[in-house]
Amino acid sequence: MSDYIIEMLNITKEFPGIIANDNVTLQLRRGEIHALLGENGAGKSTLMSVLFGLYQAEKGEIRKNGEVVRIKDPNDANALGIGMVHQHFKLVEVFSVLDNIILGVEPATKHLGFLQKAEARKKVLELSERYGLKVDPDAMVEDITVGMQQRTEILKMLYRDNEVLIFDEPTAVLTPQEIDELMKIMKGLAAEGKSILFITHKLDEIKAVADRCTVLRKGRCVGTVDVATTSKEEMSEMMVGRKVQLVMDKAPQKLGESILSVQNLTVRSKRHGKPLVNNVSFNVRRGEIVCIAGIDGNGQSELVYTLTGLMKAESGKVYLGDRDISHMSIRERNLSGMSHIPEDRHKHGLVLDYSLENNLVLKRYFDKQFSSRGFLKFNEIRTYAEKLIEQYDVRSGQGPVTVARSMSGGNQQKAIIAREIDLGNDLLIAVQPTRGLDVGAIEYIRKELLRQRDSGKAVLLVSLELDEVLEVPDRILVMYEGEIVGELDPRHTTAKELGLYMAGAQRKG
Amino acid sequence: MDNKKTSLGGRLASSEAFLSVAASLICIVIGLLLGVIVLAIINAEHAIGDGLLVILQSGIKSPRNMGTVLANAAPLIMTGLSVGFAFKTGLFNIGAAGQYTLGAFGALYCAIVLQLPWYLCLLAAMVLGAIWGAIPGFFKAYMNINEVITSIMFNWIGLYMVNDIMYGKGQSPMYDLATTKTYSLRKVAQDAMIPSCGMSDHFGKLQSVTIAIFIAILFAVIVYVVLNKTTFGYELKACGFNKNAAQYAGINDKRNIILSMTIAGALAGVGAGLYYLSTVAEWNPQVSTALPAIGFNGISAALLACSNPIGTIFSSLFISYITVGGTKLSTQYYTKEIADVITALIIYLCAFSMLFRSKIRALLAGKTRRTGLGKGGND
Repeated sequence: MSDYIIEMLNITKEFPGIIANDNVTLQLRRGEIHALLGENGAGKSTLMSVLFGLYQAEKGEIRKNGEVVRIKDPNDANALGIGMVHQHFKLVEVFSVLDNIILGVEPATKHLGFLQKAEARKKVLELSERYGLKVDPDAMVEDITVGMQQRTEILKMLYRDNEVLIFDEPTAVLTPQEIDELMKIMKGLAAEGKSILFITHKLDEIKAVADRCTVLRKGRCVGTVDVATTSKEEMSEMMVGRKVQLVMDKAPQKLGESILSVQNLTVRSKRHGKPLVNNVSFNVRRGEIVCIAGIDGNGQSELVYTLTGLMKAESGKVYLGDRDISHMSIRERNLSGMSHIPEDRHKHGLVLDYSLENNLVLKRYFDKQFSSRGFLKFNEIRTYAEKLIEQYDVRSGQGPVTVARSMSGGNQQKAIIAREIDLGNDLLIAVQPTRGLDVGAIEYIRKELLRQRDSGKAVLLVSLELDEVLEVPDRILVMYEGEIVGELDPRHTTAKELGLYMAGAQRKG
Repeated sequence: MDNKKTSLGGRLASSEAFLSVAASLICIVIGLLLGVIVLAIINAEHAIGDGLLVILQSGIKSPRNMGTVLANAAPLIMTGLSVGFAFKTGLFNIGAAGQYTLGAFGALYCAIVLQLPWYLCLLAAMVLGAIWGAIPGFFKAYMNINEVITSIMFNWIGLYMVNDIMYGKGQSPMYDLATTKTYSLRKVAQDAMIPSCGMSDHFGKLQSVTIAIFIAILFAVIVYVVLNKTTFGYELKACGFNKNAAQYAGINDKRNIILSMTIAGALAGVGAGLYYLSTVAEWNPQVSTALPAIGFNGISAALLACSNPIGTIFSSLFISYITVGGTKLSTQYYTKEIADVITALIIYLCAFSMLFRSKIRALLAGKTRRTGLGKGGND
């Protein structure tokens, strides 16, 4: 029998205009945790989709236990014992945990097809016991935590007796404590003989659990390394192709007067009347970056929507400088000195079907500079766009006339950042500005935020990424269920402490 | 970005205008071919000679026919612009028919009862159409009620209301008992007729050939300029492409929704004015229990033109052309509605126009790549 349970040999997968995987080889040993590391767009997901049968490779072969196999669709993958936990869970929200686990392979009586749930429940409980996957089989998926949803997904794979388990960026949605637990579970699974493929771009996690690591860059395989003998710096260099500085050198702080001041802000849900933002007060001063940390869905988005005017507050005041902006329109807020890098660049940040130049003037097309008597000055817009493109290094196929939709995520984000920063406003609200971007772009954007701080602007950062929360800001405010439950100094706190606040286990006034 | 040296094929492949036109032409050709099949199914012997050729040739066979094409195209351009304008703002104005109805009432009332000159009648048509468009726009903006539903309801409200007023139990000053239609403007309100400026002489003395077609083209140009050159057009299109981003940028989307529907309504209203003030026909309040087809044909005209205002001129002329062809079919073999069937086929094919576009693009780009190889790559 072969040493390797799964081998993907010389896989090439092309999409129109792009080679997503170029002669990539990945060999998974039995019982190992094998990390697949790479930036966004490096081809990790494509490679896993080929293994899971979602795509067919043009070249190369897949072997299981040394024998060549053909995987035409996920059913084939499943039959070969390959299971996958997707980044966005594939669960039926209104079904119970048990129903979700057995969905598709429901045990039924031979005749008439009556469900035999008792049997299934027994098996699920056994598995849950054996691998330490705590779930309540009868709870509705919509009522349980993200962590338990993930355990449900893992149980789905185990229930199907899968022996090769693919985890696609499993830690993105978890708190530090939940991540620790997941790591323990993964190690337990490997110890029981399961083989695990772990897609990630977080080096700490690879160090914590993986045995070996295959690095992809721009569709090519850079190499496979032994995790124990390779440093994080080496892996990050393999991934990016150059040295990356993610730990920021911060200039000493020069604090000025308060720019944004929020007082007793409360926002209620229109649907169920529960407070989404509950009596929140804080301020942001010139020359500092204040970060709102928290697990996704604890009121951060609503807080920002209210500050920027996209949502209405029930009570409370918002001051920009010394002006009360609580009842201003979005346009008035923008003009009074507020820039906003939105959470969802496709929903809010860009008109995707507009050209890049049109998007760059989205907040100032009505300026005297760009219009006169209601007519747009196209030459001025072009010149301005070219200036910003040059200055912020926004790359695109056809320059100013490129349709925004066709640009890469990183360059779309750069375009938004260029537009918002060039407004020259005193306050910059940046919501998850590095989400989904590759390491190079992340580095660029974090430096840009620091440059804003150093030039005396006030920056409000909302982030879900722990390393960003700990490294970029001067102050951290943790939000939990709509309230600010703690203020931390990033220099004197740890991921663990932060995690306790984020999970609501600890709070201080 | 150094595109100057790329071949003709490459330039065409990246020209959106060329791709749109080419795709629409392909829709038309395939639609006509399918139309022949339909004709053949109904009556195989006469499908070509008495069917397709009649449809394709009648429009230019006589000056009178050409005049009819122009007279019918003018209002169609307007309803096409109406639908296309709303499309650009992300709204589906299925209410063009109702706005057209109100426009007809406004024009005819001012003409017959108030005895106003034609341009004021046209203005009245525009205002009433605008009001009828604004109401669904208001509901959409402030109550988030789908404009399609309100527009359809307002189509029928408008139709029966207008019928009732124009008929007035036979007592209405607009109703001619002798013809059971509204009074002919040629008899009672010649000032209200859109001037022909001698055009009818060139089209076999067909009186309904007026400068209406030029007014419609002028509106198409204005709409084009508004959409593409002004800050207002920039805002409207931003709302249409991505309402959330428009809001985020501080654009007042509610105001723009209402304005967009108002303008769409005004355009449809003008369409009715052009039709009735050119005396193509009179309104028949007792028989008009169906919504005016021009309102819905405007949807076809807009779709075929990919909502481009300039394209709408040509798509409307084309639809008008084959509709006239349809009326010339020998009733022995076919009914005139066959033209509607062919238009419908073409419109259905428009749904594939994206596919055609990408095929043409790939074809042209493919050629470029091959010719470009020798010159040392262009990307």
